[in-house]
Amino acid sequence: MKRFASIAFVTAIALFLQGCAGWQSALDPKGPAASELAWLIWFFTGLCAAVWVLVMIALALPLMMRPRERAEPLVVDADADNRKLRVVLTAVGLTAVILVGLTLLSFFANRTLAAIGSDAALTIRVTGHQWWWEVRYEDATPSHILTTANEIHIPAGEPVRLLLTSTDVIHSFWVPSLSGKLDLIPGRMNVLDIKADKPGVYRGQCAEFCGAQHANMGTFIIAEPREKFDAWWNDQLEPAAAPMSDEAKTGENLFLKRPCVMCHKIGGTPAGGTVAPDLTHIASRQTLAAGTLTMSRGNLAAWIADPQGVKPGSHMPVVDLNGDELNAIVAYLEGLK
Amino acid sequence: MSSADITSERDLPPESEASAKGDVAPERDGPRDTGLDDASLHRWLARTWRTPPGIIGALSSVDHKVIARRYLITAFLFLCLGGLNAVVMRIQLSGPRRGLIGPDLYNQLFTMHGVTMMFLFAVPIVQATGIYLVPLMVGTRNIAFPRLNAFSYWVYVSGGLFAWVSFALSMAPDVGWFAYVPLSGPEYAPGKRADVWAQMITYTEVSSLAVAVATIVTVFKHRAPGMSLDKIPLYVWALLVTSFVVVFAMPAVMVTSTFLILDRLVGTHIFNPAEGGDALLFQHLFWFFGHPEVYIIFLPATGMVSAIIPAFARRPMFGHLGLVLSLIAVGFLSFGLWVHHMFATGLPKLGASFFTASSMMIAIPNGVQIFCWLATLWDSRPVIRTPLLFVFGFFFIFVIGGLTGVMLASVPLDLQVHDTYFVVAHFHYVLIGGSVFPLLGAAYFWFPKITGRMMSERLGRWHFWLAMVGFNAAFFPMHIVGLWGMPRRVYTYPAELGWGNINFFISAGAVLFFLSFVLFAFNLVHSALRGAPAGDNLWDAGTLEWATSSPPPSYNFARIPIVTNVEPLWAEREALPVATGLRVDVRELVVSTVAEAHPDIREKSATPSIWPLLAAIAVGGTFLYSIFTPWAIVWGAAPIAITLIGWFWPKGDPEDEE
Repeated sequence: MKRFASIAFVTAIALFLQGCAGWQSALDPKGPAASELAWLIWFFTGLCAAVWVLVMIALALPLMMRPRERAEPLVVDADADNRKLRVVLTAVGLTAVILVGLTLLSFFANRTLAAIGSDAALTIRVTGHQWWWEVRYEDATPSHILTTANEIHIPAGEPVRLLLTSTDVIHSFWVPSLSGKLDLIPGRMNVLDIKADKPGVYRGQCAEFCGAQHANMGTFIIAEPREKFDAWWNDQLEPAAAPMSDEAKTGENLFLKRPCVMCHKIGGTPAGGTVAPDLTHIASRQTLAAGTLTMSRGNLAAWIADPQGVKPGSHMPVVDLNGDELNAIVAYLEGLK
Repeated sequence: MSSADITSERDLPPESEASAKGDVAPERDGPRDTGLDDASLHRWLARTWRTPPGIIGALSSVDHKVIARRYLITAFLFLCLGGLNAVVMRIQLSGPRRGLIGPDLYNQLFTMHGVTMMFLFAVPIVQATGIYLVPLMVGTRNIAFPRLNAFSYWVYVSGGLFAWVSFALSMAPDVGWFAYVPLSGPEYAPGKRADVWAQMITYTEVSSLAVAVATIVTVFKHRAPGMSLDKIPLYVWALLVTSFVVVFAMPAVMVTSTFLILDRLVGTHIFNPAEGGDALLFQHLFWFFGHPEVYIIFLPATGMVSAIIPAFARRPMFGHLGLVLSLIAVGFLSFGLWVHHMFATGLPKLGASFFTASSMMIAIPNGVQIFCWLATLWDSRPVIRTPLLFVFGFFFIFVIGGLTGVMLASVPLDLQVHDTYFVVAHFHYVLIGGSVFPLLGAAYFWFPKITGRMMSERLGRWHFWLAMVGFNAAFFPMHIVGLWGMPRRVYTYPAELGWGNINFFISAGAVLFFLSFVLFAFNLVHSALRGAPAGDNLWDAGTLEWATSSPPPSYNFARIPIVTNVEPLWAEREALPVATGLRVDVRELVVSTVAEAHPDIREKSATPSIWPLLAAIAVGGTFLYSIFTPWAIVWGAAPIAITLIGWFWPKGDPEDEE
């Protein structure tokens, strides 16, 4: 039993250390909010661990000290009980003090978090859909408003305000290495301020159960230096690139004739559907189907040919295409950088 | 009503004589137990209180012990089913992108796991333990409202069958045990799955409300003479507080599920924001029930701990009054915490902060309980048997769960771990550590009372260590993988997030934990058939259930005991003082006063009847039909009315006519 326990323990420690550098981890903070929260998590954990050890010592005491066995259960030593009463009252008092301390600590942490986004210059509206994220960059100039999906580019080192809402069920926006989560609720608008200290790619995913494909509703925050971000925004405002090859040209025609056009929008073409992700610059994204597949020609083809195999239950229907048609559409989409 | 003329064979406290209000009219009187010798007393009582023979007789039983045994066995079967759900889920999650099951089945599995464990296992089994033990512990012959109690069992069984038959038909709810709208609303949950959730809630709530009412009345009015409030055993206190929590919490979830059914079936828009409804209202209503629900499951378990510890520590509980007050405090505070399940919904920050404070505050009465238990164990050499081992396991696990609960109470911290595996770990530490471990301890503790046979101590120790290792291996790493960003309720995860190895380890632990229950089931069956005979009071414990034989006769006590101490069997070593004067040819009970437990009147307890079963079938059929059409309520009213009329038809008893 002992040997088994020690093997299990060593294995457990090895497993825990191995995964620590996660890119979707609350313990791997990359922004001021997550750093504050990571500190809070470690502080609470340390304090709770200490309390737990004390309680276990108190539990083990009678087993170690082996006092004499009691003969008559109703005969109780009143002095001993008085001493115990004092110990218990002290313990209860200490508990109360610790709890008041932790409550204050969490109030102050809340204030710190609230201050992070007070001077946010950029506002992004994130709308949850089953099972993808619609991302709209707000701007005073209507022609600068940009709609994209699933990947959120932000300028590094600047606070960004996210307006969170949903048009179907409740989702929850969570990028652990940047901040805590907040729900997207139909009929309501929540505000979450985030800030990434350094350029990088931070993964997040939906944290409120939202139906069949809740597991595959990922998102990426891509923090870039300001000038790169501005360039990206300007590129994204451009209409879709015209198809270069004949195959891609065929693909565009097929896309516009087939059901694809009912749901998807491609800027600069008649395709104007809004119930599914905007595909104007789909090939510039890193992943497909809300973080389910990496962007590649093969994955694009797989996703279009068999959406229900890749993401069972998703709202992307199977469109009847032969091999050539599929290749043509993939070639077209692949050019939409 | 007949007045009390209960007399004692020993000296009664003077106040009980003062409450005697004269004798009853002789023509209504039958033989009493006062002068009878033991043998003929047993003959009389056995004939009066027996469950009738035959299948109809068995189905008509109103004996609280018979009903409780059925409840316990049924709830244990549901535990096994819910555990199997969990094992299948764990196999699916044991590696990234595993294809054992798809999202459709997985979402049904985790919903059924939650629904089964909460509504078909945890609440019924803690209430069932109470149905068995409370009447014995307060020294009466049956639970109050025995037919209502029988009815509650049949409604519970039909609700459980309804849910699991739906699952077999791939029609089980797949919206989570919390079934948030709009996901469970008419637009996003077509088909009948969400209706099954809503109605199955109704079944189990009806049944648990019925048990709660019966328990409250039993504790308030049926206590043995002399068992004043300060002499009520802690276990009974725990069940009393729990029953009140049930009475105030369950209506909230019935309203929730009824509103949902109305939205889905009748076309109201209570939860539809597009029509002026509110999706968050559902969460408020649900968690106003959902948080007390945790304490409905946990408080009876603290009662079990408070029963087991004195027996093995060989002294009365230290801080009895403190424990009672903290039970009551927890009962009240449990209604003030529900918002901590909703911190991530973006409520106003000031409001949420109040709930941080109240959630932290409930740790104080719970701390009082823990410290009193520890203090009880301090000045004695505890006798370490399996029940006490499980109590130690309870301390080990539950304290971790309580402390992670303190972490979750903090709004900012909760925003990182809410809806992740950290929370899954937390509430399994609370519910399994806080409730299942005491229940297992209680099983080893009271099994000899229920069956008259001992459970195997050797297997019990193996079971304990297997359960401890399996549980911690399965659930501790979940804290870590939750902090690494793994959300709950996902049927799969990508390999590149690095959660594969730790999930494999978790799954292995889960299998081990499941095996511990297989061992436990074997021990139960084997000991029930072959166990060594147990005496009446094998642990030399102090409460009244140990005063009668093992298993107890249908009438529980040949003569109603008189209680002189909170641990009456320790105070009265030679013979328990008894009260006499009850009729033996009809089912008579002592009804006593609420505070002092003065014997007040003699009252008849209900006789066996098939009507509760028929009424439950009518009610169950109506609920089932109502997931298809709201007219079910109209059509179902007739059979329900007929069965209730049959149930309450006057028997021509003089007592009824007064």
